[in-house]
Amino acid sequence: MSQHATTYVPKSRFAKWFESRLPLAGLVHSSFIAFPVPRNLTYFWTFGAILIFMLAAQIVTGVWLAMHYVPHANLAFDSVEAIMRDVNYGWLLRYLHANGASMFFIAVYIHIFRNLYYGSYKAPREVLYLLGIIIFILMMATAFMGYVLPWGQMSFWGATVITNLFSAVPVVGDTIVSLLWGGYSVGNPTLNRFFALHYLLPFMIAGVVVLHIWALHVVGQNNPAGIPIKSGKDAVPFTPYATVKDLFATVVFMMFFAWWVFFLPNYLGHADNYIPANPAVTPAHIVPEWYFLPFYAILRAIPDKLGGVIAMFGAIVVLALVPWLDTSRVRSANYRPLYRQFFWVFVIVCVLLGWLGAKPPEGGYVIAARICTAWYFIHFLVVLPLLGLFETPKPLPSSIAETVLGKKGGAGMPVGAAAEPSTRG
Amino acid sequence: MIATGAVGAVGVGALAWPFVASLAPDAQTVAAGAPVEVDLAPISPGQIVKVFWRGKLIFVRNRTEEEIKAAQDVNLASLPDPQPDSARVKEGHPNILVVYGNCTHLGCVPLGNEGPFHGWFCPCHGSVFDTSGRVRGGPAPINLPVPPYTFVSDTKIRIGEESNAAPKAAHA
Ligand code: HEM
Ligand code: FES
Repeated sequence: MSQHATTYVPKSRFAKWFESRLPLAGLVHSSFIAFPVPRNLTYFWTFGAILIFMLAAQIVTGVWLAMHYVPHANLAFDSVEAIMRDVNYGWLLRYLHANGASMFFIAVYIHIFRNLYYGSYKAPREVLYLLGIIIFILMMATAFMGYVLPWGQMSFWGATVITNLFSAVPVVGDTIVSLLWGGYSVGNPTLNRFFALHYLLPFMIAGVVVLHIWALHVVGQNNPAGIPIKSGKDAVPFTPYATVKDLFATVVFMMFFAWWVFFLPNYLGHADNYIPANPAVTPAHIVPEWYFLPFYAILRAIPDKLGGVIAMFGAIVVLALVPWLDTSRVRSANYRPLYRQFFWVFVIVCVLLGWLGAKPPEGGYVIAARICTAWYFIHFLVVLPLLGLFETPKPLPSSIAETVLGKKGGAGMPVGAAAEPSTRG
Repeated sequence: MIATGAVGAVGVGALAWPFVASLAPDAQTVAAGAPVEVDLAPISPGQIVKVFWRGKLIFVRNRTEEEIKAAQDVNLASLPDPQPDSARVKEGHPNILVVYGNCTHLGCVPLGNEGPFHGWFCPCHGSVFDTSGRVRGGPAPINLPVPPYTFVSDTKIRIGEESNAAPKAAHA
């Protein structure tokens, strides 16, 4: 691990005794106190802290909900209604948890687009980035299974449609689906196992988050200039600078979160989910939660069952390949005039896909969804590899400090203390 | 080394098996698959009745003359999943169509008497089925399958049990 400005020196006798047995305080010190942070970070770098807060919030509200929730097909819906009406502050716990999932995804999408804009996935951060993609996939699985738990109409039909995706797998598809269901259709065994997994997965996410932060500790943060920390002038210590900024951003985010919880608690959900699950009737418009809409639009854009499923999962796989698809050596889009434009086109395409995912699959919507789906893949598979070869990047600044202070310099961390290990480019 | 590895692999496999197998439908669920009887007498021509067998939705449709004719007068070559109507009903009972009620795309319940062929139309992603339950458009890859069933009398069927006189080969 890299050397840092100050190293932890235990003072009391107990601290010395403990540190020589388990250097926990030293680890915390080097990761969250003395850790060198590029001095040019913007608020886009606070979403990591916000995500950790959201994970913790989901686990706390979730465990409390689980104390009242009953994972049985005949009782689940009523138990959620009891949470809403009878349990003290049950409405608050549930609205926090249900809206919390949406907030979690807002934060993760901003976090991911931040990475794509600033090229944060490039060497030496590929593993860090891949761990992030794994977290994203686990989050989607968790949220999907959580949405099944209230056992309303959307729960039931969402579960039916998503589990049926696996029936597209040749030969073994139907076996896989029956193993997912534990029956011949979505039913009580399905609900029961989804609850078990919904309880488990967030703790697995927490485990991957630890690896994610460990990887971050090794390679350091990227920054808006996309160039490494070269001297102490380029960095400030994590505490107090990043700690206070992260806390402030988290509090602002909590206000945004609270606004949904208290003023529009059901806006992001579907009214149909307040109708108990009925296996004989599908709601006229079944749509997933907003955070799945772009992927849903891709699924529906392909007029073939297996093809649609492959495209949908491919849309996530291609994200994981970005570190190897992008051939440019320059990280930050600030210095990549063409990539910068393609990035914004890509953002618009993703938003459009989200909008189209909520529209009925007919006429012009289908055509638009096909064009956007095609562009989604072209962006990754054609634009990213070619841009690196043809684009002339703008000259990079000579240091992070220069981007903030101009050429005159200024105070930072003690010189030499904060350099990224020298093997990186 | 190799022997140890092989023994280890067999051990892991043997231990994994019960975990995977436990996810399959349990004995209770399988036992709930006992055949169900449906009385056809109250189903008037043009009506579709929904019943459940093994937790799965099944449509029992008493087809009108026009619906039967529409199902039979089809150029089979034009179908995505070609199957003559006669292979989807029981001999001597061309009016009774029994099919699974979940869309073969992703499992939604198609709406009866809707869509261009007045068979079924799936609201989820737009699959179209005709009055024989055959797919005629949209992302559904195959026809609505016919569950095993048998006529116990002229006005009663038993779903979950195949008659000895099987219909002509289900799939060509
Ligand atoms: C990654 C973190 C998590 C996410 C994204 C998440 C997401 C969700 C979602 C979207 C729902 C449906 C809310 C609704 O419409 O009612 C839900 C329900 C539920 N979740 Fe979670 N959850 C997470 C963690 C947890 C944890 C750790 C537990 C602990 C047991 C838990 C327990 C529950 C329970 C009992 C319900 C059903 C009650 C209800 O629907 O309000 N969740 N979850
Ligand atoms: S589930 Fe019927 S068309 Fe997709």
